[in-house]
This record gives sequence, C-alpha cells and structure tokens, in this order.
Amino acid sequence: MVEWQFTLLLLSNGLLIGLMYSLIALGFVLVYKATDAINFAQGEFVMIAGFVVAVALGAYGAPLWLAVPLGLAAMVAFGFGLERVMLRRLIGRPIIAVVMATIGLAAILRGVGPLTWGAETKPLVLPISDEPFILGPLFVPPIQLLGASVSIVFLGVFGWFFLKSRKGIAMRAIADSQQVAMAMGINVERYFALAWAMTGVVSALGGVIWGSMLGVDVHLSLVGFKVFPVVILGGLDSIPGAILGGLIVGVVENVAAGYVDPYVGGGTKDFAPYVLMILALMIRPYGIFGKRIIERV
Amino acid sequence: MSAVSDDARPLLAVNSIEVIYDHVILVLKGVSLRVPEGGIVALLGANGAGKSTTLKSISGLLRTERGNVTKGTIEFRGQPIHRKDPAEVVKRGIVQVMEGRHVFEHLTVEENLLTGGYTRKNGHSARADLELVYGYFPRLAERRQVRAGYVSGGEQQMVAIGRALMARPRLMLLDEPSMGLAPILVQEIFEIVSRMNREAGVAVLLAEQNATMALRFAQYGYVMENGRIVLDGDARTIGENEDIKEFYLGLSGVGQRKSYRDVKHYRRRKRWLS
Ligand SMILES: Nc1ncnc2c1ncn2[C@@H]1O[C@H](COP(=O)(O)OP(=O)(O)OP(=O)(O)O)[C@@H](O)[C@H]1O
Ligand SMILES: [Mg+2]
Repeated sequence: MVEWQFTLLLLSNGLLIGLMYSLIALGFVLVYKATDAINFAQGEFVMIAGFVVAVALGAYGAPLWLAVPLGLAAMVAFGFGLERVMLRRLIGRPIIAVVMATIGLAAILRGVGPLTWGAETKPLVLPISDEPFILGPLFVPPIQLLGASVSIVFLGVFGWFFLKSRKGIAMRAIADSQQVAMAMGINVERYFALAWAMTGVVSALGGVIWGSMLGVDVHLSLVGFKVFPVVILGGLDSIPGAILGGLIVGVVENVAAGYVDPYVGGGTKDFAPYVLMILALMIRPYGIFGKRIIERV
Repeated sequence: MSAVSDDARPLLAVNSIEVIYDHVILVLKGVSLRVPEGGIVALLGANGAGKSTTLKSISGLLRTERGNVTKGTIEFRGQPIHRKDPAEVVKRGIVQVMEGRHVFEHLTVEENLLTGGYTRKNGHSARADLELVYGYFPRLAERRQVRAGYVSGGEQQMVAIGRALMARPRLMLLDEPSMGLAPILVQEIFEIVSRMNREAGVAVLLAEQNATMALRFAQYGYVMENGRIVLDGDARTIGENEDIKEFYLGLSGVGQRKSYRDVKHYRRRKRWLS
C-alpha cells in the first residue's frame, strides 16, 4: 500500500471511531452540563448497557428489535434510579463528593456486571456484514459506518434539544445557576433526573455499538477512559466540543498507532490521547468550546 | 393610604417569623409585615438588617441556603406557604427577583425571559407574555438575541424583572434593584415597576437601602434593624421623619460597599479546573 493511502485510511478510521467516542462523551457532557456532576462511571454505563443487550440477544434469544429498546429502557431506568437514590443526596456538596461517589459506583458496576451476567466475553451480533465497504482508497467496516451515523444523529438531536427546546433552555438555565432557576419555579431535581436518563440513552447506544465491535465483558468499560481526553479537548459542557474532541482523539490515536506502534510494539493508542489532554489542560483549560466564565470587574 | 395595616385579608401576611440559618444562627427575630393586594411596600434597612432573609423566607429560597423558618407563619391569599418549595410558591403567584441581578449569563436575553414562564402551563402563550415584557422594557426587545452576560448592568436588572413578570405573578419580591446602578437608571427601573404595578396589578415588596427612592414609589414602609421591624408606617410619614432619615435612611458610605459586593459576586462564579 502506498504511503498516502495508508495515511488516508488511518484518518478515515480515526474520524469514524472518533464519532463513536463523541457519542459516549455526550453522555458525560449531558450530565455535567445540567447537574455539574462529573461522571467517572460513564464507561461502566456503556458496559452495563452492553451486558443487558448481549444477554437479551444471547441467553434469552430475544430479537434485536426487542433487545435494543430493552437496553434503552433499562439504562433510562438506571439513570433515573441512580439520580433518585444516590446523586440527589449529593446536591450542593463539594464536587469531590460526587467524583468519589461515581468512582465508587464505577468499581461496583465493574464487579456487579460480570457477577450478574457472567465474566466471559459475550458476542453482541448486529445483522450487518463484516465485509468492509471499499470506497476508492478507503476500507470502511460497516459497523463503524453505523456507529458514526448513530452518533451523528444523536449528537444532532441532543444538540437541538439543548439549544432550542423548552426543556433544553431550562437545563442550560440550571447549569448557569441552580438557585436562580429555582427562584423561577423550575423544578431542578426533575431536570437532574432527566439529564441522567438522557445519559442512559446515550450509554445504551454506545453499549450496542461498542459491544458489537469489542464483545461484551468487563473490558468494555474501558471505552470510558477515552471520554476524559475528549471532553477536556472539547470543553466539559459543550456538545460541539464533544464532537470535535472525539474526532481529534480518534484521529490522533489512529495515526499515532499507525506510525509509532510498529516501532514500539503497540499501546500507543492508549496513551496518545492523554498526552494531548495534558497539553490541552496546559494551554486551553476550558477546552475548545468550553464555557468561558463571564466576568465583570 | 392606611389600607395596608387594616385590610381584613391582605395579599401577603408575614406573622412573627423567626429564621435560623445552619440550625444556630438566629437572623430574624419575629418579623411581621403585610402587603395589600396591588400595593407597593418598601422594606428598608442597612446592610445585614435581614431584608433579603425576609424575602427568601417568603419565596422559599431560604432552604437553598440552609435557612429555616422556625417560628411564625407566612400566608399568601389566606394559605400558609412557609413550608412550600420555591416552585410551588411561584405557581401560587409570588416570584422573587434576587439581589445582585442574577441573570442566566450564558442564555440570551429572550431565553432568560422564557425561563420565567415555566411554571405556567395551560393555554398560555409565551409569545404574548414576551410581547408584554418587551412592552415594558423596549430596550430588551432590541437585545433579545444577545447573551445576558454581555448586556449592561441596568439591562440585566431589566432582564431579571422582566423574567419574573413572565410568571404573571400577583406579588413580586424585589431585592435591591437599585444596587450598583446609576441614579438615572434606578429612576427608569422604578418607574417601569410602578407601571407594572398599575397596569398589571402586580403587588410589590421592595427591599432597598436606597430609601429615598423606594419611599417615592411605595405607599407603605417597614424599617428593619438587626432582624426586627423597628418601625412602620405610611411612606410619606417615614420619609419625613427626621430621626429615621438620620439613623436608617441617610447611611452614607454605602455606595462603596455596593460596588465591592458586585465585584465579589462576579468573581464567585464557578470555575472548573482552575
Ligand atoms: N446563608 C446564610 N448563612 C448564615 N447567615 C446568613 C446567611 N445569609 C445571611 N446571613 C446573615 O443574616 C443577616 C441578615 O442578612 P440579609 O442578607 O438578610 O441582610 P440584608 O438586610 O439583605 O442586607 P444587605 O443590605 O447587605 O443585602 C446577616 O447578618 C447575614 O450575615
Ligand atoms: Mg440583602
């Protein structure tokens, strides 16, 4: 293969994978934007969704049209429930309380998932072919195309939701100031629950797509680690930021892996985004699209 | 205008409330006041007298600051409201405009206004309410698409008041609308508020340090000191009382403090990772 073709392939792959990171990062951003909570269990949400769908398909032989909505419903319920039981009690506490709570939750989910559904890797088979599409010089696996399309659709839907819908405006108001939102009679807790439920939706979609690419076991939760570089690059509370951050991380890790891995024997993918993240923190701490604080002196 | 104290059933009645913050800090020590239907009542007093605490007790926002009404009652149109949460209080027709021009800075002016109408559900048109608000504040119509964080201080105060009006309240609690604004703007805003009061029939409870201005627009006034009401009466009587002028109303050096508070407020905004 010629050099430019190789590079092009790395790029296109990176972009598609990147969009799938964006989708998962969207879950993180939704919650941060509306509730100020930093969810360190985002990857575990995806894993649990993957388990639910894979087990429904495999062990119970449910058809796909049933298994996927089931996964969605389960994750929405999970999001709601979590907000009710755990996170609501942490409102108004220092941010570190929520951080620690979600780190703890992540550990619990990593244990409970395999405990409930078995530790072995489960296949999550979607009725699409493995044969890559060949578009000129590019090879595109159908699952990546599907994943990227789902990501684009949902990023668009949630972007519209925040920007234009009545509930979206309320959520942004809450993000600006919870107390003032309350003074306007907005039921803040209800919107918190909604944000967690929306994260459930995104996690379920991520679980299906990533689960079908990687198989479902505890390692599926590792996709959560890609969220941090993505949101730091893009801005913790920005949906366009999640898209751009995802694309950057996808491309950087693919290109880095393509060129560096042959010399070092692999692993570049896992740390390259973090190098980028740390650079971003040093240079642009609020991310590319992050909300700047409006300050008057 | 003695309608205020004698009314059989006032719109709002605060009956000897006691307020404690953090379970130990006693801030209000038996405060009583009344606002008649459609009236404008001024609540005056120096820094720390307890004006904001009184308003927050009424709106229910007190609990977001770990405060509690431990004694007394608050009745709105004859119903007790001192145990209701803010959303419920807004639904019943009381809305508070908080001290310090709290707009949603990252929302546009129009989005800010829209959030004011969220408790109104059935058969109301947000459009019509917006037009009403723009009618009172034509300046906001011009700036409707601008982020509220970037409009002037006076315009932010207009956003805050207009947003409250979107809830179509019977009673508006205004906490120091004059804070940090030029006298000419204060005049403009107070005139709009009194127009709102006349035309839309919104009663107003106005907490102010700027007593001269407040008493010009109010019919009745209460003076607070150290968590108690120390004096009340007809606005004109209070305004002309020499002792009061000197002890409660003529406090100077307040201007400096105000601008300092403003700076503090904007500095306190949340920042992550810094
Ligand atoms: N959240 C709180 N926790 C503890 N004490 C508080 C709290 N809020 C206010 N206080 C105290 O209650 C007293 C009254 O405060 P309040 O804000 O009601 O006064 P104010 O009359 O509105 O003053 P200002 O003119 O400065 O706004 C002050 O001594 C203040 O320190
Ligand atoms: Mg005050």
